[in-house]
Amino acid sequence: MFNRNRLISGGSINRNKPINFKFNGQSLNGYEGDTLASALLANDIHLIGRSFKYHRPRGILTSGSEEPNALVQLGKGSKTEPNARATEIELYEGLEASSQNCWPSVKYDIGALNNLFSRILPAGFYYKTFMWPPSAWMFYEYFIRRAAGLGEAPKEKNPDRYEQKFFYCDVMVVGAGATGLAAALAAARSGANVLIVDEKPEMGGYLISSKAKINNIDAKDWIKDTLTELNSLSNVTVLNRTTATGYYDYNYITALQKVTNHIENSNSKLPRERFWRIRSKQVILAQGAFERPLVFSGNDRPGIMMASAGQVYMSQYGVLPGNSITLFTNNDHAYTVAVDAISKGAKVVVIDLRSNVSSEITKLCEKNKIETYNSHAVISTHGSQKVNSITLQELSEDKQSFVGEAITINTDLLLMSGGWNPAVQLFSQSRGKLRYDDQISSFVPDVLVDNQYVIGTNNGDFNLKQNLIDSQNAGISAAKETGNKKDIDEFISEANEPNEFTTSDVVPYVLGSKPVTHGSKHFIDFQNDVTASDIFLAQREGYISVEHTKRYTTTGMATDQGKTSNVNALAIMSHIQKKPVGEVGHTTFRPPYVPQTFGAIAGRNVDQYFDPQRLTAVHQWHKDNGAVFEDVGQWKRPYFYPKNTETMKEAVNRECLAARKSVGILDASTLGKIDIQGPDAAKFLNLIYTNAWSKLEIGSCRYGLMCNEHGMVFDDGVTTRIGENHYHMTTTTGGAARVMSWLEEFLQTEWLDMKVYCTSVTEQWTVLSICGPKSRDLLSSLTDEKIDNKSLPYMKMKSIKVCGVEARVFRISFTGELSFEINVPARYGKYVWDKVIEAGKKYNITPYGTETMHVLRAEKGFIIVGQDTDGSATPSDLNMDWIVSKKKEDFLGKRSFIRSDTAREDRKHLVGLLINDKKTVLPEGSHIVEEASKKPPMKMSGHITSSYFSPTLGYPIAMAMLKNGKNRHGETVLIPLMDGKIIEATITDSVFYDKEGVRQND
Amino acid sequence: MFVIKCPYCGERDQTEFSCHGESHIARPENPNEVNDKEWGEYLFFRSNPKGMHYERWTHDHGCRQWFNVKRHTVTDKIIQTYTMGEEKPEDNNV
Ligand SMILES: [Zn+2]
Repeated sequence: MFNRNRLISGGSINRNKPINFKFNGQSLNGYEGDTLASALLANDIHLIGRSFKYHRPRGILTSGSEEPNALVQLGKGSKTEPNARATEIELYEGLEASSQNCWPSVKYDIGALNNLFSRILPAGFYYKTFMWPPSAWMFYEYFIRRAAGLGEAPKEKNPDRYEQKFFYCDVMVVGAGATGLAAALAAARSGANVLIVDEKPEMGGYLISSKAKINNIDAKDWIKDTLTELNSLSNVTVLNRTTATGYYDYNYITALQKVTNHIENSNSKLPRERFWRIRSKQVILAQGAFERPLVFSGNDRPGIMMASAGQVYMSQYGVLPGNSITLFTNNDHAYTVAVDAISKGAKVVVIDLRSNVSSEITKLCEKNKIETYNSHAVISTHGSQKVNSITLQELSEDKQSFVGEAITINTDLLLMSGGWNPAVQLFSQSRGKLRYDDQISSFVPDVLVDNQYVIGTNNGDFNLKQNLIDSQNAGISAAKETGNKKDIDEFISEANEPNEFTTSDVVPYVLGSKPVTHGSKHFIDFQNDVTASDIFLAQREGYISVEHTKRYTTTGMATDQGKTSNVNALAIMSHIQKKPVGEVGHTTFRPPYVPQTFGAIAGRNVDQYFDPQRLTAVHQWHKDNGAVFEDVGQWKRPYFYPKNTETMKEAVNRECLAARKSVGILDASTLGKIDIQGPDAAKFLNLIYTNAWSKLEIGSCRYGLMCNEHGMVFDDGVTTRIGENHYHMTTTTGGAARVMSWLEEFLQTEWLDMKVYCTSVTEQWTVLSICGPKSRDLLSSLTDEKIDNKSLPYMKMKSIKVCGVEARVFRISFTGELSFEINVPARYGKYVWDKVIEAGKKYNITPYGTETMHVLRAEKGFIIVGQDTDGSATPSDLNMDWIVSKKKEDFLGKRSFIRSDTAREDRKHLVGLLINDKKTVLPEGSHIVEEASKKPPMKMSGHITSSYFSPTLGYPIAMAMLKNGKNRHGETVLIPLMDGKIIEATITDSVFYDKEGVRQND
Repeated sequence: MFVIKCPYCGERDQTEFSCHGESHIARPENPNEVNDKEWGEYLFFRSNPKGMHYERWTHDHGCRQWFNVKRHTVTDKIIQTYTMGEEKPEDNNV
């Protein structure tokens, strides 16, 4: 195989294992150990994609997770991944990737016309142009999204599996460069349980690409030895390919581990990614630093790269991305890269912004035959799809103007170095406070949070030996804090690296041939196409605060979250505002540190595992008998039982009529049930419910309303006195947990001396609700007890045997029919249900679902809390003054009934509506108006809460909350529908059927 | 995400708990005797301090008990947890 830019030797790639891959359809090859970026560079491919706004050609800027430019669409079909960073994708056999954001191809991109129009596409352009008229936004958006998108999400469901893992440790180290490894080793030797994570496949950080020495051996070898020891210790967990993505309170850290992403056609049982949720007693941040780009005109062309990235490609991947290299710098450290490149056979020219470079650097350049231009600036770059030449000019003493003539020199790779920015993102997420350091011209950790250390370049320190000693001490100290106090020997004796970074000569931007303020191409945020001139524009237009500048220009808002751009943007703001960078401030860093898949966040909580399902004891019977299910909270409830080809309406009509004419059966097991016991139970109920409970006899049932302290109804249900100090409370299906918490709240926080005990027994009972004129005959056939109207009258409960099973039978009714709720222990539920169905055949027993239940109760005007009420209705609003005790001194909500707003006469009240045309079933939620006009807005005076066709009555009925409704019976209101029709309805009482209650009372 | 020390169970992750707002707001002894303003204060007014806050939490996925938490709203440091009925601690150490 042939890689044009591959060096003959060197790097940690496996030259015995060539790998075939495709980029934009072109078949290429690389080696095992390559990233997609290094393999493309090896093949001399620099043009990777088009930029977001101007569609400018873009290449590879970095070699890591901070990459803003080289984003690709990875893979195909259901597994495709958009915006994948080529610098992080490990090469595997058969990998396919393509450029994003270009059409028809990366080389000939129509959207690049935006580049020609860039003078009219400045910062804030979208806000200014497309915001008016508001209705047109939908139209613009379609085109903007097409023209300026990133990659595409898969259209099919992603078939991969994702796992989550909880993890607890004494010391977590983030970053496995030399400092992280030293800290982990010290903590581990001290006896602590240690977790160390690193985002790269190969640990060791940037020192594996350097000529540094630690303890007089190559840093590479020291790293290898240290890793060997860490891997051998049982108290250490070492995770590569794992990125800490979020750092939350109390040292809670999330980390994303790539498990099989990098393996071709992984058929293993392993997940694609594993999401770690870590709680560590102590955290040591050792994430290192990002090299800072220089801001000059045309700094975004393919073939322009960070100096450190150039070094990584040469040393780690054996790729020399250019032969005639120019290096543009403001600091000493970058000269190391120049020396390395020369040793690999390249020609190197260094352009240094500084007028005075040290004598050591001058000597180094002489020795290595490096051509240098001091006090020079790159003022423009040239080349259509890749840089081929650059123009430089000498700067004046004050750097504010040029002296001499511009020179143009040919180059096929421009490396740049503007100094280093510590990777403070995670630290900042943890609420650590930053300070601007003038020495390195960047933000560094200042005030730490509890149980945290920041070490090495992550802390803004660049002396290798001191960093390693500090790291070792941090490891020892962190271990001590967690009680691991084993004495260990110091293990760092010596360390050094050539041309250590100390300081950089920072200019906010490099003078160009055109003024920077208007339309020049000094890029700051490469991914979002934000230029220095955009920052000037934002300041001119008054977006001066750092938060405003960020949002107006979108700098730092791309998927890389400004890892390479933030500090440069702040430096320009500082220059314009004439105040120190530290005073300009910085925006808040937020999780995730790198983009994170939704699959990993969801883990196994998908499909049927998304939410627990609650099933009644009779569930299988419902399934077997063709029930259509409805979700009520987490419960699966039968909605209706269609027979043959019945529609929902036909099924519900049939079920309703059966319940009214013969006997129907409902599985009411989901109803909330709370067992209340204790000597103060009656006193307690008196305070919880609006009506009186002291005189309720044993064996009697009573309906109750619960209000919150605002006087608003929040649940209802029937409660029965089982014994002297024993009650059985029922609640709505959806409100059961809320009511339970409500009771506990008052028992535990207000009435601590009350002796009352509440137990949720919802799942302990199966409830069979049989209703209809034949229900008594049916029940009689299943028990030896007498259940005539005298032995079991309306609103009474009897403990009897039904089908031989101990049962509590409540004679209560939510349908207005003669009705019995048979409660049996859940383990007998299915048995009794089968027996009842069998015995009921004679009466054509008809199972009915929640829809029929809703219709039957609406015919009777019974409310459903949460459907007819929305937390803003008092009992009086619901015409339920009858259930509010006038005698009781106190109960929850009582005092609020006399607040001026609650006592108001013209509040919204519950009313019934009869539709004048006797046929339209109004959509629930429809608005009620007094006067109709052709188009909205219309003045609204209420809304429909319940609406059904009543099979019993033969016409539609509705319930509504209507302003001043209780005083308006007989009047006509209008209901405009979405299709423009206006329906007339007459206000009425909300009880539509059997107003006297003869049927339920028998 | 906090680590909260339930007075009954010990240290647990925040996901096991829920917060129910400011603590030490007693329900008026006799609601009928307070005026609208006083009742309104009980219902709607909360202190929302920048600094020390006393609040009610429940250990929902544990012992289901209510208890008090003294927390600094800027740093989110939990200074103390204590049971219902215990006296409100001094607003001293930050
Ligand atoms: Zn607890």
